[in-house]
Amino acid sequence: MQVTDTHFQDKINADIKVEPKEWMPGKYRQTLIRQISQHAHSEIVGMLPEGAWITRAPSLKRKAILLAKVQDEAGHGLYLYSAAETLGITRDEMVEQLHSGKAKYSSIFNYPTLTWADIGAIGWLVDGAAIINQVPLCRTSYGPYARAMVRICREESFHQRQGFEILLTLSKGTQAQHDMAQDAINRWWWPSLMMFGPPDDDSPNTAQSMQWKIKRQSNDELRQKFVDICAEQVKALELTLPDDKLAWNETRGHYDFGEINWDEFYQVISGNGPCNKERMTARVKAWEDGAWVREAAMKEVIGQ
Amino acid sequence: MDTSIEAITATSELKARVESDQLIDYLLHLADNALILGHRNSEWCGHGPILELDIAITNIALDLIGQARHFYQYAAELINQPDVTNRKASPMGGGLEGATEDALAFLRDAKDFKNCLLVEQPNGDWGVTVMRQFFFSTWQYYLYQHLQNSNDKRIAAIAAKALKEVTYHVRWSSEWVIRLGRGTEESNAKMTNAVDVLNQYSGELFTPADYENVAVREGYGADLCTIKHLWVQKVKETFQDATLAFLLPSNDHILQLFGKIGEHTTHLYELLTEMQFLQRTYPGAQW
Ligand SMILES: [Fe+2]
Ligand SMILES: [Fe+2]
Repeated sequence: MQVTDTHFQDKINADIKVEPKEWMPGKYRQTLIRQISQHAHSEIVGMLPEGAWITRAPSLKRKAILLAKVQDEAGHGLYLYSAAETLGITRDEMVEQLHSGKAKYSSIFNYPTLTWADIGAIGWLVDGAAIINQVPLCRTSYGPYARAMVRICREESFHQRQGFEILLTLSKGTQAQHDMAQDAINRWWWPSLMMFGPPDDDSPNTAQSMQWKIKRQSNDELRQKFVDICAEQVKALELTLPDDKLAWNETRGHYDFGEINWDEFYQVISGNGPCNKERMTARVKAWEDGAWVREAAMKEVIGQ
Repeated sequence: MDTSIEAITATSELKARVESDQLIDYLLHLADNALILGHRNSEWCGHGPILELDIAITNIALDLIGQARHFYQYAAELINQPDVTNRKASPMGGGLEGATEDALAFLRDAKDFKNCLLVEQPNGDWGVTVMRQFFFSTWQYYLYQHLQNSNDKRIAAIAAKALKEVTYHVRWSSEWVIRLGRGTEESNAKMTNAVDVLNQYSGELFTPADYENVAVREGYGADLCTIKHLWVQKVKETFQDATLAFLLPSNDHILQLFGKIGEHTTHLYELLTEMQFLQRTYPGAQW
């Protein structure tokens, strides 16, 4: 370990935030760029499945709430791209990496939104899982990332509550609405458990990220926390989670839950999910259709 | 919703007007314009040319949907007045009981919508969207400027509040018309095309329907002649800056339709099919 490396680790250990202009190991920088840009891409691609229901929202109030929510996600993308840019990469470069498939985004967004209840399930489960993942990131070691996460987490908790409220309304509605809500939960539950990433003993980057305090809790710890919360909340919804192994374990003080289908997870990540192609096609189309607008705007910035 | 606006209830003098249904038609016209353009803009959400523009067009969509809700809520209250006698011209196309903002938005047929043809046109490319916003917001800006002095206190309050939003919409859209008009050869061509596509719908903005004439006569509406004059001036100036050729508002759309009285292009029918599908499929359900 070089002197600078030791110094750096001391600083991390003392919980002093790393700021953009300061020295940092190349690998730390690369890890952050990968993680933050992946996070930003997830916000942007994540606009698509929910955005698909803006024009079909069942009331004016729901339409406005959903529109504002999806707009929040665009804002999250913006903060995160800006945070990543402080590490020496441009937004255009990151977008290019997304479109070429070099950069990943959360695989949850490769699932389709079939009914209105999916908007509730996404808010409750997907935003809910995002919060569990992201709250520890408010204390992550890189300053700009941590600060972006504080703003983002505040908004995500609104989203989570709004989603829960959509499901609650459906659950208490007609039988058809109740069934719609249950069906959405059945489809979104397992993919949302996968949002915490592979199990700890199969997660190669975790140890180093924990040492650098980029990551502050392991995948499995966070996943367990999420299961414990949802297992309780689903009772208030008078709906169920699609897992017959789900049961309170007195000794562990946690809910036990069934086996996750990791095969599906890796399939979706490697591009074989139900909507991977659709999502990338939509993003690339928006980018290409907008090229003339960006060009014209740039010309003004440069001053003709 | 803004409670101070909702607190302004219909006076007995207004109830008399309701009997002619003209005030309700006028309110629906204002609401439908805002809702349909808000809906169109919302189609961009997630697909904008830059993240910042995606956020901006969504903001405008949110503002417009908010304005629509204010007008629908007021219209619903008037429709629900127990002593309304003339029920044949019901905007609900049937029983008037229990009108709500959602019933008015989701359960009326296209032929009952009173929006201008301009706002129902498909988004086209970003240039068409920006130009449509500029045409509409400029019109709406001068309209609301008048309406904030309406003798109907509720209309005046809604217009005054919305005027702040619309001021921003005009600034945003005019800046982009100029930026894209002046930008590159390609962007200039796109904006020229946008004028081409949309100009045939601009004349309708200034052609009054009966309920607009009544609204002016009764003092709660705005005179479109004055607005036209101001609109032409603003658009002309902006186009000069944008190096675009100005065309006078025209009424020459091929179909000779009049959206304000429910004559619409097929685009509105498609839009409503999508927008209303849940309410139509599950009648009476709460969401
Ligand atoms: Fe987000
Ligand atoms: Fe969110």
